[in-house]
Amino acid sequence: MAIEASVIENLIKEAFPTADIEVDGADGVHMSATVTASEFTGKSMVAQHRMVFAALKGKMDGPNGELHALALKTKAKA
Amino acid sequence: MSNPAQEEIKSTITTNDVVLFMKGTSSMPQCGFSSRIAGVLNYLNLEWKDVNVLADEGVRQGIKDFSDWPTIPQLYVKGEFVGGCDIVTDMMLSGELDTLFTENKIAFDKDAADKVREANA
Repeated sequence: MAIEASVIENLIKEAFPTADIEVDGADGVHMSATVTASEFTGKSMVAQHRMVFAALKGKMDGPNGELHALALKTKAKA
Repeated sequence: MSNPAQEEIKSTITTNDVVLFMKGTSSMPQCGFSSRIAGVLNYLNLEWKDVNVLADEGVRQGIKDFSDWPTIPQLYVKGEFVGGCDIVTDMMLSGELDTLFTENKIAFDKDAADKVREANA
């Protein structure tokens, strides 16, 4: 069961209202997202990615997780 | 009530310097992302422990709870979660992985690491 890029984008937008978000990927299972947000400032890469995964509210985990892979690029907004 | 999967995970990452929880094994990875990181670790001539999460559903879910990280592969160095495929790849290319291994006195092939960076420059 695939997931639309727009659904991913909206979920991330909810958690990071002022972020620049770009979601790519066509198959809805292997997707990629680039998120530039002020909330990442001073946070380690792992912490930044964890914040984005949390925003996806379980869309990724577990055998029935819709999203198999999300290649993430995160950056703190200057 | 202790969770056997969590106990097994804890003991594995404390008794092995470098552990990769992956899909498949070091010689037979079964997922592109796991295969990429296993390939890096092998190419750097590291001594590392592979844990095939496909062989144990308890560990497959347990590791995600343990690290609060929803995907596999997951790399651990000296008991600490380092990252998944993206982060370890970025660290490899930036040289951060070399620093991490050096600081933790873990032997690896520095020339091989430089070759990977040159190839990806």
